[in-house]
Amino acid sequence: MPRTARDVVFVDGVRTPFGKAGPKGLYAETRADDLVVRVIRELRRRNPSLPADRVDEVAIAATTQTGDQGLTIGRSAAVLAGLPKSVPGFAIDRMCAGAMTAVTTVAGGIAFGAYDVAIAGGVEHMGRHPMGEGVDPNPRFLAEKLVDPSALVMGSTAENLHDRYPHITRERADAYALRSQQKVAAAYEAGKIQPDLVPMAIRSQEKGYGLATRDEPPRPETTLEGLAGLKTPFRPHGHVTAGNAAGLNDGATGCIVAAEDVAAELGLTAKMRLVDYAFAGVEPEVMGVGPVPATEKLLARNSITMDDIGLIEINEAFAVQVLAFLDHFKIADDDARVNPWGGAIALGHPLASSGVRLMMQLARQFAERPDVRFGLTTMCVGMGMGGTVLWENPNFEGGK
Amino acid sequence: MSTVQTWRSLLDAGNVDHDEVVTHARVRDVELPYGAGTMALITLDNGFDHTKPNTFGPRGLLELDDALDQVAARDDLAAVGVTGKPFIFAVGADLKGVQSLEDREQAKLVARLGHDVFRRLGELNVPSFAFVNGAAMGGGVEVALHCAYRTISSGVPALALPECFLGLVPGWGGTYLLPRLIGAANALKVIIENPLNQNKMLRGPQAYDLGIADVMFEPADFLEESLRWAAHVLTGEVTVERAEVDTGKAWDDAVAQARWFAEGKLHGAAPAPLRALDLVAAAKDRTRDEGFAAEDDALADLIMSPELRSGLYAFDLVQKRAKRPAGAPDRSLARPVTKVGVVGAGRMASQLALLFARRLNVPVVLTDLDQERLDKGVGYVHGEVDKLLGRGRISADDASRLKGLVTGSLTKDAFADADFVIEAVFEEMGVKQKVFAEVEAVVSPECVLATNTSSLSVTEMASKLKHPERVVGFHFFNPVAVLPLLEIIRGERTDDAALATAFATGKALKKSCVLVKDAPAFVVNRILLRLQAEILKTVEEGTPIEVVERSTNPLGLPMSPFVLMGLVGPAIALHVGETLHAAFPDRFPVSAGLAKLVAAGKPGVYRPDFTFDPEAVALFEGGTSPSTEEQVLARALDGLAEEIKIMLDEGVVAAPEDIDLCLILGAGWPFHLGGITPYLDRTGIAEKVTGARFHS
Repeated sequence: MPRTARDVVFVDGVRTPFGKAGPKGLYAETRADDLVVRVIRELRRRNPSLPADRVDEVAIAATTQTGDQGLTIGRSAAVLAGLPKSVPGFAIDRMCAGAMTAVTTVAGGIAFGAYDVAIAGGVEHMGRHPMGEGVDPNPRFLAEKLVDPSALVMGSTAENLHDRYPHITRERADAYALRSQQKVAAAYEAGKIQPDLVPMAIRSQEKGYGLATRDEPPRPETTLEGLAGLKTPFRPHGHVTAGNAAGLNDGATGCIVAAEDVAAELGLTAKMRLVDYAFAGVEPEVMGVGPVPATEKLLARNSITMDDIGLIEINEAFAVQVLAFLDHFKIADDDARVNPWGGAIALGHPLASSGVRLMMQLARQFAERPDVRFGLTTMCVGMGMGGTVLWENPNFEGGK
Repeated sequence: MSTVQTWRSLLDAGNVDHDEVVTHARVRDVELPYGAGTMALITLDNGFDHTKPNTFGPRGLLELDDALDQVAARDDLAAVGVTGKPFIFAVGADLKGVQSLEDREQAKLVARLGHDVFRRLGELNVPSFAFVNGAAMGGGVEVALHCAYRTISSGVPALALPECFLGLVPGWGGTYLLPRLIGAANALKVIIENPLNQNKMLRGPQAYDLGIADVMFEPADFLEESLRWAAHVLTGEVTVERAEVDTGKAWDDAVAQARWFAEGKLHGAAPAPLRALDLVAAAKDRTRDEGFAAEDDALADLIMSPELRSGLYAFDLVQKRAKRPAGAPDRSLARPVTKVGVVGAGRMASQLALLFARRLNVPVVLTDLDQERLDKGVGYVHGEVDKLLGRGRISADDASRLKGLVTGSLTKDAFADADFVIEAVFEEMGVKQKVFAEVEAVVSPECVLATNTSSLSVTEMASKLKHPERVVGFHFFNPVAVLPLLEIIRGERTDDAALATAFATGKALKKSCVLVKDAPAFVVNRILLRLQAEILKTVEEGTPIEVVERSTNPLGLPMSPFVLMGLVGPAIALHVGETLHAAFPDRFPVSAGLAKLVAAGKPGVYRPDFTFDPEAVALFEGGTSPSTEEQVLARALDGLAEEIKIMLDEGVVAAPEDIDLCLILGAGWPFHLGGITPYLDRTGIAEKVTGARFHS
């Protein structure tokens, strides 16, 4: 049967405020699946014209898929969220790019014609599920020198990146990190971040119930001096600090993705049009460089260059990894196209959830920037990968 | 000194001996959406999980008062909220603490403390919101009622004002605030009708429909959506509209209606519902201060009342003793039951088959020698399953599973792999012994043989078997699906494993089991029959039946003597009476009137329209020395006290508590009597008749 690929749009995205992982964090006593449930329910509330039974899939990413992130979380969260039992769901994992992969996967299904509408997102409660929980690396990795021993320690891979790009100094990384904090503070001040946050009830045995309404990780008071004084836990006299890297965080994100014609039929917004996406592998010990080949692949396939890209949402796992990307594409460290509202260094990076946060922010910026036609969301991924998604702005007013 | 201060000094001085599980009031600021400002959210949490719900004792109330002090002192708040811990809002006063109060003054202090603390919620200078996230009862509901606004979760499993059930009134604001919120008719449903109907509870949606909450949200993100709604109320986006309460004729009519209902149930035997009715009746014209003061007085009186003491005693029995039967062997001795046999296919056998299949989910085989009766028995079960399906109580899959589980067999061979066989054949020793012998020929030596006999000796029934140690009595009460009591009878040779299996099976059937010695008519029937014997004696002496029928009104029993006889059936009443007569001829004479009634084939002295059947009544006439209502009751109670004392001396049950539990669960005897022994104690009857109280 002949088949026509359909255009796919990003309808809407929301997320919980991000919290700091650990016993004192916002979500210390809150379950990961409850975060996802809240996101799904809020997506439905914000898009009342979407009949629940028209959701064809719920794809939720988590890096650690056990406990409250187990039980094929896309399905279990769908049931808990009160979606009809006829709506299927599944769990997905590509570490940091989990939610991004959830989106590209359901988008592929939509383009193929297997779905009309899907919910995609991600969650990571790094307080309950520390990075690397329960992993059992195959001994061949080291015995056969398939990867460097440092490959599984993300901070060490960032130090490795400094080795590879000696011109990226700690000072540059710190300066980048400071700007991220400042941009987030300014975006909060301007009310850019809040509209897509869904308040989340939090409980503490000691303090009672509360409500998480803002991201917990940002440190608007950050200074260069303060950053310069931080320790480098991954290497003595190294480069990577808690200040120029994303923290350990808890949070969930989700979005509605739909075929463009179905979105129109159902009266759903189309905030972004998906043009294409690419994932690429790199050596695991320098996983941070992953966005470079992924983006190159994507640009080449679509016969455009970085000059055609008006906005870039790049995940800030580490400042060095962003700088490596910027250097490669000859973009200035403070280019206004890049993370205009700041990034994960300030907001936090609950691993598998971050991909959709990038998309939510890009979608908001598209709405404000009809002069921009194309934008990217891109991120590095543990085990040596990068993923990039190319989006088109439906609000683009062309050469007008 | 304010009540709060009085309590603080009492507690500081160590003058309150009861160990309270304190429900803490945790205050935390919440930033409301839409710029609605800051809410101080109070979480009620006693630090345990939902199996130990939040309750209010003096310490907890003072903690809430502290929290409200903290809140009241601030000028940066837009609102105050109250919510519970997961699955539980709060379930009312700490009953243990109530039990330990020694005089009316103390009782009144408790009443006033509740008011003084709770009412602050309605008298702050910012609006208050209750977010009823889970089970809410009594004082828990009242906390919410004191707030300006309420949200409720559709997942709330139980909301109730059960005070009248126990012997109290909802007197921390309930009788004043609830009718003024939802009208007297709806309020009295919650305050009077539900408690007197086996303490029925409302689910979240029902409470919402009655108007107890302003808005309902689903449990998944109940608190978040409640806070969003509160923000909308504060910003004016949402206006809360409530139906206006009719304080005119509708109010009075509702009170009159509820009074009629309570009278019909209790005949004035328990003071609490009447006191609650008076409070509601007057609430429409009272100020808050007057209303709350009247509640304080009512609570103080009732807390000291013997009916409440009995109510709390009874509550403890059904909550605790019923779940851990006295004298039951270690449950680890129980053998698994994976298939059940039922001998007989009559109505009782069919009811048992349905119950076993539903609760145990194992194959159940009915046997009968007659194919037609067998078909009828199995057909009855299948029909009942279809009814359950039709009412939406079970799914289609459950229905086909249940039907598949219940089968019939003309021979007992089908019992070969059964672990538990119960007989429900004709009440005759020879028949039952024969049946058990036939069953024993087929089943394994460990298979438990149970009898549903209501009067025959379990020991004798087992005596001719190779393995008499496997026989237990398993005495249900009709209708078996409804009445929660199961008397489990240990024969002389019954071993622990069989008995443990019986208890485990009873528990799986969701029955409350009481261990009973193999004694004539066991517990409930023996006591009811002794009562009947005393009463029939007075009838045969010439007391008119209508006098006798009124004689037990002061007890507030569920049924008058002859109504009960009609329900049980005169033939059964006579049969059990004869068994008891055989055992104890002096105390259980056979009633000539009853024998004639049975011989005449009458279903009782009442006609279907509840008027007397003159022909039936005439069968009891002829006596010449009538008694008054008071005399009838006195003789009946004397008889009960004597019989219970004898039963305890014989070791029929372990303790008077078991007698009471049996009467409450098997005969529906009321909480305000505590079953019966607390009542016999407090009226002096126990001491007069037996020389001692049942409870020290």
